[in-house]
Amino acid sequence: MKLNKLTIKQASELLDKGEITSLELTNACLARIKEIDNKIKACLTVCEKEALAEAEIADKRREKGEKGDLLGIPCLIKDNILTKGIRATAASKILENYVAPFDATVVKKLKEAGAVILGKTNLDEFAHGASTENSAFGPTHNPWDLKRVPGGSSGGSAAAVAADMCLFALGTDTGGSIRCPASFCGVVGLKPSYGRSSRFGLIAMTSSTDVPGPITKTAEDAAIVLSIISGLDKYDATTVETPRISRGEINKSIKGLKIGVPKEYFIEGMEKQVEEAVKAAIAKLKELGGEIIPVSLPHTKYAVPVYYIITPSEISSNLARFDGIKYGLSEKDAQNLAEIYFKSRGKGFGPEAKRRIMLGTYVLSAGYYDAYYLQAQKVRTRIIQEFDRVLSEVDILATPTSPDTAFKIGEKSNDPMQMYLEDIFVSGASLAGLPAISIPCGFIHPVRYEKKKEDNNKENKLRQHSMLNKREKLSNGVNGLPVGLQIIGRRFDEATIMRAAREFEQATEWHKKKPEL
Amino acid sequence: MNKLSKQQIHHIANLARLELTDEELKIYGSQLSDILNYIGQLREVDVSGVEPTAQTAGLENIFREDEIEEWDKEEARAALEQAPEMEDGQVKVRRVID
Repeated sequence: MKLNKLTIKQASELLDKGEITSLELTNACLARIKEIDNKIKACLTVCEKEALAEAEIADKRREKGEKGDLLGIPCLIKDNILTKGIRATAASKILENYVAPFDATVVKKLKEAGAVILGKTNLDEFAHGASTENSAFGPTHNPWDLKRVPGGSSGGSAAAVAADMCLFALGTDTGGSIRCPASFCGVVGLKPSYGRSSRFGLIAMTSSTDVPGPITKTAEDAAIVLSIISGLDKYDATTVETPRISRGEINKSIKGLKIGVPKEYFIEGMEKQVEEAVKAAIAKLKELGGEIIPVSLPHTKYAVPVYYIITPSEISSNLARFDGIKYGLSEKDAQNLAEIYFKSRGKGFGPEAKRRIMLGTYVLSAGYYDAYYLQAQKVRTRIIQEFDRVLSEVDILATPTSPDTAFKIGEKSNDPMQMYLEDIFVSGASLAGLPAISIPCGFIHPVRYEKKKEDNNKENKLRQHSMLNKREKLSNGVNGLPVGLQIIGRRFDEATIMRAAREFEQATEWHKKKPEL
Repeated sequence: MNKLSKQQIHHIANLARLELTDEELKIYGSQLSDILNYIGQLREVDVSGVEPTAQTAGLENIFREDEIEEWDKEEARAALEQAPEMEDGQVKVRRVID
């Protein structure tokens, strides 16, 4: 038995029975990181010594009779979340040597629960991106195909979970940054409702949508981690006290659950096989007793333009703190105070961070505020009202997480607009503060990227369809690329989306597939 | 829509306190224009009578006692030590007024 391959639930049961120790689990994960991370490049920092010490403490706590779902469970943390005494770079040169002076609230809660932190994972610089290519320390590779991106911005966390370097990881989601990489890497990613898990100790990007959440191997595991990291925090005034979600709620059947399928999430230009896989998954939910209801969210197409006004605006403000004075890179060769600012920021920030700072500065500048920022916040209200209205008629929404599967490294990196459009199905829930989960729902062999012409003849379609159904070994030696199903719920109703995710998972095998490495 | 001029880009960079190379000024000029054209489509949405959204948690006026809380000394020291220049436990900066 390879211990690093276990789910949280499996491992905690074995720990409970005393059949394995946290030290063994931790060593198995560290060995896996050493074995394959030179290929995947998911980790920016590995803290072996600290992890082994924490594992020993967890084992002692268990010896004394203490129990807990995460007691002794090894995990990785996205590098824009502070872990005391460990480097926290946000994958930026400007924070290359920054050491976190305190723990983020979500990290503190994990530590109290006895989770073992193995290290920190790669991301797009300051979480700006959908591919992890914007990291100042180089891209992470997708475990399903090393030539492809893992998605982003929590790409290191998703790739690490997919490749069994840890039992779970923490990510942050601002406009899809947990769900997109979970979908591209074939794992589960949960974006909690805004306000359920504390932002204290996150390196801020877009304060009005940032939220930390779990990336796991199963929906059940996501529920376990969520229950530990969520809750009211006096250091984050936007957190909300919500009742704990019970296992019973999540284990309930979805019989009679009203599942809305918004037509605006199946669009021209999306990968046909993704559409087929997601529609097959929705058919499965129907088979399991869900009531499928076609719905419409006409403002969906405005979510990305709204997001790319609000996000750069908040970024230009949040990243103003990096001034070369208090911490981070400071350019010594400067004549005066202003020059320290200009040079430190010019040298420290990468291209996407600069682009977003510039965009945000422009749309907030005198004369443009009403036309861009204010208009965007009003359209945002429209988007929220629309979601709330539809979610008063149905219990959850089922959609694709992404219009396509993992793309090749370098394919979109020179075209920011192309990259922004990756967020098309994920930014809406972020703007509205709704909980959303991405779960694996199929594997496809994308034709588009092989530069084959789109073939519309019937025979070819049938062949593709049979490949989809039989999940046979595909021609290029890869078992295909994972597709994600997104389930969006009502604000603070994580229980219902996890209930649907869990039941889908119980009825399918997609989440059990592992990349060959 | 018109393209942002080099001068406009330079002005934005100045507001943002970002030193940019000539090459960067050129690239951002065209990329930002593309993005602005794209996000400009929001003008077509009818928002009459719609209030702008500031936050989604539904919370209002979170109060706390106005009390000084002593932060962990060791954590405070670790935070201060990240500054490039220190003197007597204070962060040292260049003169602000020339």
